[in-house]
Amino acid sequence: MSALRRFGTFWWDFVIGDDWRIAAGVAIALGATAALAAADEPAWWLLPIAVATLLYFSLRREVR
Amino acid sequence: MTAVFLVLSAFLASAVEMVEALTIVLAVGVTRDWRSALSGVGAATLSLAAIVAALGPALTLIPIDTLRLVVGALLLVFGLQWLRKAILRASGYVSLHDEEAAFARETAEARAAGLERRAGLDWYAFTIAFKGVLLEGLEVAFIVLSFGSTQGSIPLAALGAGVAVVLVAVAGLVAHAPLARVPENTLKFAVGTMLTTFGIFWAAEGTGAHWPGGDASLPAVLGFVLLLSVAFVALLRRGRPAIA
Repeated sequence: MSALRRFGTFWWDFVIGDDWRIAAGVAIALGATAALAAADEPAWWLLPIAVATLLYFSLRREVR
Repeated sequence: MTAVFLVLSAFLASAVEMVEALTIVLAVGVTRDWRSALSGVGAATLSLAAIVAALGPALTLIPIDTLRLVVGALLLVFGLQWLRKAILRASGYVSLHDEEAAFARETAEARAAGLERRAGLDWYAFTIAFKGVLLEGLEVAFIVLSFGSTQGSIPLAALGAGVAVVLVAVAGLVAHAPLARVPENTLKFAVGTMLTTFGIFWAAEGTGAHWPGGDASLPAVLGFVLLLSVAFVALLRRGRPAIA
């Protein structure tokens, strides 16, 4: 494995970890929160709900 | 209140990582060569100090909203990883981390490895100790820098982490054995909860959202994440059909 690939793999494991869908879900939830905030709508509630949903589906995939 | 969370989070995260690093260093120190193992620890500590010294001041130059968004997002992803593993461990789906078993595995590998001397050091002992301390320490450095820079107080976060490093090192010196009695999995659960809480809070603020009551809502977010995690553990303990 090349040094560059090892470097990339290390940071992927370090930040993204076992379930990349969590990182993708967080990115989408942040985009939606930013859109709501930009429209002057209350947006604080979205991330907690997103976290609960992402965790639920990630755990469900793991134990199936 | 936020300062207390800041110090506590850095302390707990640092304690967990340093317990794991101590196990690795003890294993190669006992079975191979203490001078080489401690040289590895010293080299890794210097590398970590260089990383913190280079990145710390750079982070303070980034606008606070951008910093909170980036750091919050990273903490959220990072914290959810910790929390997910902690929930799976607490509910029995993944085996608990056992420092005595890790120590036995590390010592067996250290005994089996061949002897190669470089710069007057047992290279195996040096590199294993170096990698162990550097990799575990990187997580601590990430938490200290992200928490500290977002709250505008890297020294406060570093204080929490530093106290944990000293406590674990002294405990390791006294016990001269892996710290198996440290409730590591409970600590990991607590750290995952705190990382996720700060991640939610800062990332939302970074996007431009406003929390009702400002900083005062942080304990409510913490309570939500804690209740959620405990509920998932309870659901998983009741058996697969409950969550699947």
